Amino acid sequence: MDIIRTENLISRFVDTDDEGREIVSEKVLDGVNISAKQGEFIAILGHNGSGKSTFAKHLNALLYPTEGTVLVNGKDTAAEEELWDIRQTVGMIFQNPDNQIIGNIVEEDIGFGPENMGLKCEDIWERVNQAIQLVDMEKHRYKSPHSLSGGQKQRVAIAGILAMKPKCMVMDEPTAMLDPVGRKEVLSTVLELNKKENVTIILITHHMEEVINADRVFVMNEGKVVMEGTPREIFVQVEKMKGYHLDVPQATEIAYRLKLKGIDIREDILTMDELAEEIAALKR
Amino acid sequence: MLKDITIGRYYQTNSILHRLDPRTKLFGTVLFLITVFISDTLPGFVLATVFLLSMMIASGVPMMCYIKGIKGILPLMLITMTFTLLFTGGDLVFNVWIIKISKEGISQSVIVFIRFLYLITGSSILTLTTKTNDLTDGLERAFAPLNKIKVPVHDIAMMMGIAMRFIPILTEEADKIMKAQMARGADFNEGGLVKKAKGLIPLIVPLIVSAINRALELATAMETRCYRGGEGRTKMKPLKYSGRDYAAYSICLVYILVSVTIKLAYVL
Repeated sequence: MDIIRTENLISRFVDTDDEGREIVSEKVLDGVNISAKQGEFIAILGHNGSGKSTFAKHLNALLYPTEGTVLVNGKDTAAEEELWDIRQTVGMIFQNPDNQIIGNIVEEDIGFGPENMGLKCEDIWERVNQAIQLVDMEKHRYKSPHSLSGGQKQRVAIAGILAMKPKCMVMDEPTAMLDPVGRKEVLSTVLELNKKENVTIILITHHMEEVINADRVFVMNEGKVVMEGTPREIFVQVEKMKGYHLDVPQATEIAYRLKLKGIDIREDILTMDELAEEIAALKR
Repeated sequence: MLKDITIGRYYQTNSILHRLDPRTKLFGTVLFLITVFISDTLPGFVLATVFLLSMMIASGVPMMCYIKGIKGILPLMLITMTFTLLFTGGDLVFNVWIIKISKEGISQSVIVFIRFLYLITGSSILTLTTKTNDLTDGLERAFAPLNKIKVPVHDIAMMMGIAMRFIPILTEEADKIMKAQMARGADFNEGGLVKKAKGLIPLIVPLIVSAINRALELATAMETRCYRGGEGRTKMKPLKYSGRDYAAYSICLVYILVSVTIKLAYVL
């Protein structure tokens, strides 16, 4: 069974004027079909206004479908009685780590989710200790979140979600506000969780380099899924990506330009290492 | 510049007062404040002084921290003292032009000064030895009975906790906005009071807008972490009384009994 499955998901924002008449009704999501299996790493790309953040909110029952269904672990998000179960199954990480951390001390913030779930005291501590180790923040556990760096704060936020033992994590541009070091920290934490803990990851991002490790990539444009495939299959279509105002990884871009200049080089290159090898092979 | 604000800054050591349950400390502080307000005699104040000083020593916090706390409030203390001194009638000891100072005025202003001083110091002991989240936890538990008359105790405590968490974030942001506005030619330091107050508008409006946006995001994040109010919520660090709390309660009770006795002895 798929952990996440959306069927023809349509979401509409309706704006009303003072008398309650509909004035603007915009389809933010228009028939989205995305599904993810347990343990998969899915990336969703799209430029501003493509509906990717709205999509993320549907997975956590923060928004409800106008039409179509969203199934989380087989449960319909529109069913009110399943709400807390769904929120425990799917954790969410947002852009700004400052606005997700509630506690005044790292370990207390991580305990916030389990506290809300009404667990016993010992169970909460067990989960907190586990989560804190998974994100490698053991030595900062008694600090105030304010004294941490952006990357560390985002890792605390991730631990806060992990303590709820979710099956799936939806991350809405988790690295957008971080410096390159913090970005790397967060990304490697995410990859490790995916590999070791078998947590399904749905990563929404602007940074093409973060997508390389994904199992599957979805490209969204104007509320629709317009491309779907492995990172290699997606990035090889450089022109199509540019048409959706999206970049490709730097190495892919260089290979593409070399190709345009008439140099015979593979086009489906993703990393700098691959590129270096290919160029070295050309010289031989 | 805004970072210098210290609101009940916690001082980290491991004294006996630090280890007490926050509820015990809250109770003790309230008792002490009551005794400060009912005593108006020398023995009463001597007793309060002994109690206060021993608590200050037991807290393990350096005296400088207390003095700093008093410094901030000193102007207010002096103004109150001056008014009491000038406007209390009675036996005049000094009468020049419109300045009339009476015996009662002098004793009253001294009492006002001492009360102020003890009030500030007494409550600083609480805030210096108790982490803010322990304090809100303590308040939540201490006022839990009010839930019966529909006072949202949990929600208030949660709001206090979140407010504490966002103080450094918002002060930092205020600093940033201030610098950004100064770079655009805003002037926060010159002109009269009215002009200064008007000058704060370009600081306050963006700050409020950003605070509201943060609040919205935080609320969403809390919801995704299954927050649904205080009902059915458990505590990671539940408050528990231990032997030293009962000992502290006994000391406080003895203290208030003696204090009330002294007061009654003078009245009768």
